[in-house]
Amino acid sequence: MAMLDVGGAGAEAPALSIRGLSKIFGGARALDNVDLTVMPGEVHGLLGQNGSGKSTLIKVLAGVHDPEAGAELEIYGRKVKLPLAAGEYRKLGLAFVHQNLGLVPSLSVLENLRVESFATEPRWHISWKRETQAAEEIFKKYDLSIDPSTPVGELQPVERAMVAIVRAVADIQSGQSEHGGQGVLILDEPTPFLPAAGIAQLFDLVRTIVADGASVIFVSHDVDEVLEITDRATVLRDGEVAGTLVTKDASKDDFVERIIGRKVEIFHIHHKVETDAAMDVEVRHLTGGTVEDVDFYMRRGEILGLTGLIGSGFSEIPYLLYGAVKADSGELILSGNHHKLANTTPGRSIENGIVLVPADRLGGAAVGGLPITDNVTQPVVRNFLGRFGLARTNMETHAHKLGVDHDVLPNAPAMLLDALSGGNQQKVVIAKWLQNNPALCLLDEPTQGVDVGARQQVYMALAAASDAGSAVICASTDYEQLEQICNRVLVFSRGRVVSELSGNQVTKQQIAEHCYKSLDG
Amino acid sequence: MSENDKTVEYESRIAALEDRLQELEGERRRIGLRPKSSGDRLSGKKTLKREGEKYALIVGWALLIIMFGLLAPRSASWANFSSMFSSQGPLIVLTMGLIIPLTTGDLDLSLVSTTILAGMSAGLLATDFQWPLLFAMLAALGIGVIAGTVNAFFVLYFRIHSLIVTLGTAAFMTGVTLWVSGGMTIVVFSSTLADWVIKFKIFKISPVFFYGLIVAGIIWYVFEYTTWGRQMLFVGRGREVARLSGIRVDRVRAMSFIACGFVSGLAGILFLGRAGAMDAMSLNILLLPAYAAAFLGATAIIPGRFNPWGSVLAVLFLETGIRGFQFMGAGTYVQNLFYGGGLVIAVALSQLVRNRERQEFS
Repeated sequence: MAMLDVGGAGAEAPALSIRGLSKIFGGARALDNVDLTVMPGEVHGLLGQNGSGKSTLIKVLAGVHDPEAGAELEIYGRKVKLPLAAGEYRKLGLAFVHQNLGLVPSLSVLENLRVESFATEPRWHISWKRETQAAEEIFKKYDLSIDPSTPVGELQPVERAMVAIVRAVADIQSGQSEHGGQGVLILDEPTPFLPAAGIAQLFDLVRTIVADGASVIFVSHDVDEVLEITDRATVLRDGEVAGTLVTKDASKDDFVERIIGRKVEIFHIHHKVETDAAMDVEVRHLTGGTVEDVDFYMRRGEILGLTGLIGSGFSEIPYLLYGAVKADSGELILSGNHHKLANTTPGRSIENGIVLVPADRLGGAAVGGLPITDNVTQPVVRNFLGRFGLARTNMETHAHKLGVDHDVLPNAPAMLLDALSGGNQQKVVIAKWLQNNPALCLLDEPTQGVDVGARQQVYMALAAASDAGSAVICASTDYEQLEQICNRVLVFSRGRVVSELSGNQVTKQQIAEHCYKSLDG
Repeated sequence: MSENDKTVEYESRIAALEDRLQELEGERRRIGLRPKSSGDRLSGKKTLKREGEKYALIVGWALLIIMFGLLAPRSASWANFSSMFSSQGPLIVLTMGLIIPLTTGDLDLSLVSTTILAGMSAGLLATDFQWPLLFAMLAALGIGVIAGTVNAFFVLYFRIHSLIVTLGTAAFMTGVTLWVSGGMTIVVFSSTLADWVIKFKIFKISPVFFYGLIVAGIIWYVFEYTTWGRQMLFVGRGREVARLSGIRVDRVRAMSFIACGFVSGLAGILFLGRAGAMDAMSLNILLLPAYAAAFLGATAIIPGRFNPWGSVLAVLFLETGIRGFQFMGAGTYVQNLFYGGGLVIAVALSQLVRNRERQEFS
């Protein structure tokens, strides 16, 4: 194993060193005794699957989460007291660039660059001329041709990312007298939405930054990118360090093995054998968003999983099929009827027996500020029209019955949905959409933020729907979940299907392997 | 491992977990912790607090009546009450119009201007143009519908905030009113209209108050007992949820603007009938009372939602306070104090009811 002895990297003090960092969320260990050392001038990768603890670690450094007692943090050899206060990282010479970049699209590049200093240094007069010159100098230094007066919204995605990075570096440098080092820049998954050429440009910028002596922590789930840009990389798995590798001595398989882990134990709740039922659902030439010319078919009663790395387009499929997001082209054939996807709307989809359970539970699936009854009866409210209008008592009774069927706790239909736990809210959402026996049921991350018990309940509801003849499509990054409920899994990369797993191949390990290797070639 | 072994293993794991849970429950009881219960307001149970919230405004109104009855005994006369009910009829109708777009999440600042334009048009058509009264009234309703349609078009087609659009159309319609009336007060001599709006009294209360109650009843029925009402509720409270549920959000919003315009037109006829006259400016002060009543009303009967009966109560509550102070010798400034203060306090109260969640009028 290519573990690196950090002490041997030179007499120089590490830019950042973490020892024995743990974090427990409600009994679950998100981080377990994690060590991380980043040297000055190093690009250090931080790899792992969703839920491996990457973001928890980052959030501890950002001062969002307080770690458990006993952890030690040193920055340029100086001990720093944990937990960090929110925003304290600035004084320590740390800067973060998150995936959403934190730029205001309608303001100019210059205004975005300087927003932080405008917020913190009171000034009676801003010399725009001098500010523009300063910005131009910075861009020149990094060999970027960006006009500071352009609104950020008009930049290419990669230029936006670079503006955010340059801003973070400038922040570190402006505070250098205070923390005394070159600083550590933390790039939190900056690449998923960038085209390949953009990623190369971004990496050039990263190399220029470390050439100045600053360090970069590059958070990613993409092994290829980590292989290309990092000097060393630490892999997290289930909250523990699964190894720190020197990149040039490590192969892709070394990384993948540590990311996934060899030993995987999973309990199969539901694993159906494929039936000989007719191919009832077919998608042809679906294009829209990231998705490019995707074809697939499925049978009624089948549960099909869609997965891939973030940004690979799989999660857009349910919304495109439903008409929640306009597709550019493509066709859905359901029970012999052809539906043009460019013209479909949510209303039409519902008429055709298609339902969507979006990932955004309280923003897209149901209204938290309304009672359970109102939420759950919404798709079927016409059934309650009597001679005197809606029969409110019957609606309550119906909501109560659905609550019993889906094990909603507490089953009090007059309660506001907000008052339920995430898992029980999701049961209500699932009940809302499955009650009409849809022909096609589309789900996006159906168990996000859902506890284990409620999760099983959701799986059972989906299994019951498929037994009753629904075709179920489930987009998810939870490989274990896909293994448990899916008959087949399609793996996406760059908007296309790159592999199809079925039967015995549908295992957490195989799915993960195909996702991480999907970028080959 | 065979499938069977796995099942056995799983079940033993579950059993272990359940034991642990029992243990923890015991621990919790031993140290005197109770299982967390969600707040009373959130659970659907009938609790004192919940019921109190619903009827607080009625209680407050009763207290106000008693207080002024003691301080200014003349205010407790039926003559005062019947005149109050009679005078507030048109405002009740106006407020009913307002709560329609509020429910679907839009603001309408133009409804009073619509009312004035509609009333003025009906008056002009009936006098200067000698139209039969019925046609003049239909024209007023038509103008209301047109105003609502224009608002809906600009808000929905161009995606402009309803605040801006209706602020503009309000000023525009005031301009039109001034133009067509030449800045003059139009006086309508129609005994039929006067009869049906103020003369045919029941318990000394003018018909116009009962019209207000009828409109409130219709809106209550639509909100609570029709699929349209359900759709409006979802559009107002979760636009994306509504859209993904197949509700045609834009159509619902457009219809609510148009319905508001229609009801505003109706209010115009009632104001014209009540005063027998109409001018371009004096009713403009009614925008504030309508908003105050709608928001104060949203703290009563169905707390947290704009609702017709709460709004009717709120109109009467505010007017009772104003009249009471006037009986005690206060000047007209009391109106501004009550309506202005009432609006802000009402919104603050309704935010407390909704746990201070962000209000959205996009």
